[in-house]
Amino acid sequence: MIAPRNEEASRNEEASQRRPSKVNVRILRQDGPGLPAYWERHQVDYEPDMNVISVLQKVAAQATTSDGQRVPPVAWDCGCLEEVCGSCTMVINGRVRQSCSALVDRLLEADANEIELRPMSKFPVRRDLVVDRSRLFRSLQRVDAWVPVDGYYDMGPGPRISREEQEQNYPLSQCMSCGCCLEACPQYNKIEMQREPGESDADYTARKNAAFDQEFVGAAAISQAMLFNSHPVGKNLANERMEVLTGPGGIQECGNAQNCVAVCPKEIPLTTSIARAGRAATVYSIKKFFDR
Amino acid sequence: MGSNRVLVVGGGLGGLAATMKLAELGVNVDLLSLTPVKRSHSVCAQGGINSVSDLTRQEGDSEWKHFDDTIYGGDFLQNQPPVKEMSDWAPKVIDLMDRLGVTFNRTPEGFIDRRRFGGTLYRRTAFAGATTGQQLLYALDEQVRRRESEGLVNKYEFWDFLGPILDDNGRCVGAAAQDMVTMQMRAFPADAVIVATGGNGLLYGRSTMSVFCTGSAASRCFQAGAKIGNPEFIQVHPTAIPGADKLRLMSESARGEGGRVWVPRKPNDSRSPKAIPETERYYFLEERFPKYGNLVPRDIATREIFNICVNEGLSIDPTRMCVYLDLTHIPKAELDRKLSGILEIYEKFQGVDPREEPMKIFPAVHYSMGGLWVDYEANANGGLLPGSPRNQSTNVPGLYAIGECDYQYHGANRLGANSLLSCIFSGLFAAPGIVNWMKGNKAAADLPKSIYEKALATQEARHKKLLANSSGDENPYLIHQELGDVMTRSATVVRDNKQLTEAYDKVCQLSERAAKCSLSDTGNWTNQNVIFTKALQDMFPSAKCILKGALHRDESRGAHYKPAFSMPSLSATDPAAKRKEAERWCDEFELNNEKFLKSTICDWNGSDPELSYEEVDTRLLPPRPRMYGLVGAEVIEQVWNERKANREKQPEPLKKQLAGAST
Repeated sequence: MIAPRNEEASRNEEASQRRPSKVNVRILRQDGPGLPAYWERHQVDYEPDMNVISVLQKVAAQATTSDGQRVPPVAWDCGCLEEVCGSCTMVINGRVRQSCSALVDRLLEADANEIELRPMSKFPVRRDLVVDRSRLFRSLQRVDAWVPVDGYYDMGPGPRISREEQEQNYPLSQCMSCGCCLEACPQYNKIEMQREPGESDADYTARKNAAFDQEFVGAAAISQAMLFNSHPVGKNLANERMEVLTGPGGIQECGNAQNCVAVCPKEIPLTTSIARAGRAATVYSIKKFFDR
Repeated sequence: MGSNRVLVVGGGLGGLAATMKLAELGVNVDLLSLTPVKRSHSVCAQGGINSVSDLTRQEGDSEWKHFDDTIYGGDFLQNQPPVKEMSDWAPKVIDLMDRLGVTFNRTPEGFIDRRRFGGTLYRRTAFAGATTGQQLLYALDEQVRRRESEGLVNKYEFWDFLGPILDDNGRCVGAAAQDMVTMQMRAFPADAVIVATGGNGLLYGRSTMSVFCTGSAASRCFQAGAKIGNPEFIQVHPTAIPGADKLRLMSESARGEGGRVWVPRKPNDSRSPKAIPETERYYFLEERFPKYGNLVPRDIATREIFNICVNEGLSIDPTRMCVYLDLTHIPKAELDRKLSGILEIYEKFQGVDPREEPMKIFPAVHYSMGGLWVDYEANANGGLLPGSPRNQSTNVPGLYAIGECDYQYHGANRLGANSLLSCIFSGLFAAPGIVNWMKGNKAAADLPKSIYEKALATQEARHKKLLANSSGDENPYLIHQELGDVMTRSATVVRDNKQLTEAYDKVCQLSERAAKCSLSDTGNWTNQNVIFTKALQDMFPSAKCILKGALHRDESRGAHYKPAFSMPSLSATDPAAKRKEAERWCDEFELNNEKFLKSTICDWNGSDPELSYEEVDTRLLPPRPRMYGLVGAEVIEQVWNERKANREKQPEPLKKQLAGAST
């Protein structure tokens, strides 16, 4: 913080002995929705402790490609820079992850020549590395991912929760809606729509939601459904959630590739949630059949 | 009821709590945010949220003690009624969050577990691992999503708030905002506007804050006529991990769970930390503050760490300043259960396992205690009057501020785990008052369109001018770095008038240069360049408030520390002489309070802030010296307590006379 001047100098010295002075990045850019994508190369000065965010900050400040062409700065999404907000997901050297925790030194160990950045492919590109993930939040709405309390007046404490329950639920509750699991999922496909001329905000949102609601809900939302189904009050909506998970775009779409759990930056046991949801779906369907 | 639409700007804990409560009261809410609300900066809060609990109560704790700790921790600069109300509400806030499904850590029997935090002797802090802010935010986000499904809430995410819109009488009747994707501007008519846009850490370049914490929204309200209070009080958190893009927080909960701060007694000791025997370690916080130990309030811990590195030359790394924060004596299973979130951050970004090796940490800018000035209405008990439209209202009628962007709750220094509380509390508590405010007013929807058209035209003009300025050669990102450097050097841990004066001049120059920025992106689609440049330009009024407020406050109080105007420590060894020194110390303390126990109030005159001072409402708790059991300062506390006892013995009229005589 109170930047001691000698800090950067001496660390740079130490670093220069083992690190390149420049970092090369290749970025897949796109000027807007529906426009062609194109690659662009940038070069920035190397510094110790860099991550992909600090590389992109330098790229934005330079706004010049490695062959000296002035270009508009690359657009990207970021927030907390410590892997809790879920903003900065992108595909880095072929792997979907948060760019804040993608450390340059590690990336250079794997490939010293270049770092490759691409936007996620399962969501429509807004611009460059920025994608539209509204479908992800819609899926939380689809599965009623909340506890249906009466209201917000003081009614005393909530139900007693055992330590075991808390330890099972807390990991699920750390899902930051980053979208890594969806990018990696073979069954989750991009839905890209365009606003029609004269269409109002509300109409466009309704049309998008209707389209989203027919397609695979994805691992993150399934896991949230399991989280709330196990809460003493949250489970009051368990049937509603199971209705969605056994309907179009529900749990049956899962192909059991298990990519989701492999890429989750929070190491959430997504496949365990999916297995739980699968069992619950079977029980729900049988019960529904006999209750007819 | 003719008018019933509120615009909430910002979707962190404060904004979401207000939105949810307003929706419950049947109000339509437009919720506007720079980012999907689930990604707001509240997610970064780690350690927990404070309240008295059934357990601490039986150890002698009470709402009053929570109130006292908060006021004493804040060095008496807060108006007391809002703080009293917040402490009284704290257990109810935690109960509510519990009902909403927050995954608080549990005791073996299933009760909410608690840990100790800074500035208190009780274990008041409820927590969900070390990601409590994230967990609380998600619970509120879920409730707001539920209300959105029911149709009462409309979210506008990736929208930038450009400023409040006032009618001819100066009442706030909505706001102008810009879609950050399409770059389209729009007026949002509203019967009340709540600003819940958090802190301004980006003024310092790197801090513990998220990239959107530019303070631009509060600055835009300030430039439109809202006052700012106590801007010079910036919290520098004692323990953070230095990084190239950000200084990542290492929560106070690490110390709450038993973490110890130390340096080798021998300067430049090159041994690995584990090879240094106990006797050769200097646990400087524990030695100097035996009562509070590693959990002294943040301003004190920060100054001590700074002092150890800068003045005593005991930094553990000769090339950069840092001290050890050591958890290695705590069983790993316990660490994983209670602190895994922050340990993972350290491991991921530093490549070292803090369960095995002590962490290397240094202070970083973390929180703004000051912010938009807001009003309150007290009740007979010295708390707040529920439902009063004055609560959380800025001086602009119809414009409200809650959460970190108001100046109300934390005085000169915030206690750990009180911010989550103040954010949720202020959001919940303000809502009924705002409903009452709207009852008496003509609906914004019925106002002439021209008010909104005029405001939009001003914003359009600003935007177009920036895009058209191709002749300038200033780069907004580089100016931001320069601003961060000057603010970090002059307005953090140690402050000096000459440096502050120079910094103010420098900031004025930077502000002029920022007006001439030329953009590398002049397009009208997801143009982050122009959004950032506008935010940068609006950082300068806030920066000027901090510097000017600090310059004119010739004292040390909480986070604001000026060595040239500090109370001297006692030097005499002879008990009688020491006693005399302590008497003098207490005299000076009282004189200083006469002069400076006041809120700094800033008004914008178009180019600079103008300062005035407002009395602090200390109706419940008289100010006292803030020592935290510092070794060597016992005699000051003794003298002070004797004076207090004498005063209490005096009959009422005489007490008043005495008070009058000392002015």
